Amino acid sequence: MESVLQLLFTDPVIGLIKGLLVIGVVLQIVPLLIYLERKLSAYMQGRLGPNRVNFVVPYAVPGLGGLRLVPGSLQPLADAIKLAFKEEIIPKDADKLLWYLGPFLAFFPIATALAFIPFGINHWDALGSGVIVDLRVCSVPISVLLLFAISSLGVYGIAAGGWGSGSKYPLMAAVRASAQMISYEVSMGIAVLAAMATVGSVDLQQFVVHQATQDFVDLGFLTLPNWLVFSQPLAALIFLVAMFAENNRLPFDMPECEPELVGGFHTEYSGLKFALFFLGEYAAMILMCSLFVTIFLGGWGSFWDTDAWGVFGWVAVDPHATDGINAIKSHLWFMAKVMAILCFQIWIRWTLPRFRYDQLMNIGWKVLVPLALGNLVLTAIAGYFLNPIGVGQ
Amino acid sequence: MSAPHTPAPQDAPEGDHPPLTASEKSYLPSIVKGIGITLQRFFKPNFTVQYPEVGPYDYAAQDRAIGEVNPRHRGEHILVKDEQGREKCVACLLCMAACPALCIHIEPEPAPWDDRERRPKVFEIDMLRCIYCGYCEEACPCDAIRLTPKLYTPTTSRTERVYDKERLLENNPEAQVPQRPRK
Repeated sequence: MESVLQLLFTDPVIGLIKGLLVIGVVLQIVPLLIYLERKLSAYMQGRLGPNRVNFVVPYAVPGLGGLRLVPGSLQPLADAIKLAFKEEIIPKDADKLLWYLGPFLAFFPIATALAFIPFGINHWDALGSGVIVDLRVCSVPISVLLLFAISSLGVYGIAAGGWGSGSKYPLMAAVRASAQMISYEVSMGIAVLAAMATVGSVDLQQFVVHQATQDFVDLGFLTLPNWLVFSQPLAALIFLVAMFAENNRLPFDMPECEPELVGGFHTEYSGLKFALFFLGEYAAMILMCSLFVTIFLGGWGSFWDTDAWGVFGWVAVDPHATDGINAIKSHLWFMAKVMAILCFQIWIRWTLPRFRYDQLMNIGWKVLVPLALGNLVLTAIAGYFLNPIGVGQ
Repeated sequence: MSAPHTPAPQDAPEGDHPPLTASEKSYLPSIVKGIGITLQRFFKPNFTVQYPEVGPYDYAAQDRAIGEVNPRHRGEHILVKDEQGREKCVACLLCMAACPALCIHIEPEPAPWDDRERRPKVFEIDMLRCIYCGYCEEACPCDAIRLTPKLYTPTTSRTERVYDKERLLENNPEAQVPQRPRK
């Protein structure tokens, strides 16, 4: 039995399974996210949100007949069907190649970059077969750098779509998007540099191991884990702000600023191409939130240790165990954190108004970049004095 | 905080607004305040009225709630009945004459009762033509036609929107339609 599993679990097979799993799960989270976004925004504005499209318990069931299951939960499906049947309109002046390329360029880099996110523990003994599986699709030692390199390509989709539309508003949006994403990538990169210096690695899985295996400080009643949000709070804040700009989310949603640019870069798009832009946007949200969780919030590590009281101890993840239950627990911890950060993003979106474009650039270049650089220098100095031999090792 | 009409608030801190302090410039305190407000709002009851499952009537019947139609709202007409259950209308055609939208159509016939000469044989109001101005109500000498706060009900055909006498009388019962306060 074991030998069969070992023969079966070759690297390509495991890689394929993990890849399909990640892309499948992310594509399933997107509709959930759209539903959440609409519901949360509705409740924050004193409305009910979508509550018509849902499963209904058949009236034949006594007692529960007619009960609506999670009102509005099928709204994203209805939206998708609607989009699929919409007419595709191609503007007369469109640059055909860029027009067709735009939505794909917006989605595929994000989907590729998801391969570097560790969504579970780094050593799972797959089904007890003795094959040790690292729960991320692509186990490369420079995953942070690769992830940033690939996810930055996402802006080409917006630029190509905006330029290829042959229309002035999408073009303006494309220019804005490019400038904004390049500006905020600088401060985001420098913030992550400080985190890298703290951990002493450019491997995302090492980031998590660093955070999961040590304690930051013992407060007596509570032991804080060694999450970088505690040891690098400024970098975490900068990353969080830059994350909103990178995702074109609401305090910084210049590329689709409705009052000024009609619908932004996707003004001319309709039907499934528009849906793909939409999908790319939400996938980018998921990517950035998982990156934030992985770098600053301890990834799949639990907040407390396995020796905590009662059920808390059972729920906690043991970073050294290899069994399947532990792997599932680590994945659930990761997903819970990602969902929390996603909800936070939605929450912020429906709280803050949009910044003006000059304010956006001021925040990016005059505030975040100097702050991030200062934080990096401070981290270097502190690292030299606290741990002169090797930071984080 | 700058007023919306102030041009370029960033470069012109003088005027009727004091210059921003450092904490205000960092945006953070107001952001924290803002997300606190949205969080509070999240847990408060919402204002949505699930019309048409929950009509404005259900609200009007209870205490005055959010979404209730104003009791003086001019909605669909009723023909008022007297104590013996007969329509009060004497078919004088004054409402028909007062109607600016020409939506009232009345055909009189001799009344079988002693207290009046005529009664309407046909009394039709085209609710699609009606502009709900209430002039018919003011013109009526017998208080026979009234507007109620009832919102008009959607139908699938135009002919259904022409209300005949029976429909207008059926609409009447005080139990269903709260009475509009009279002057």
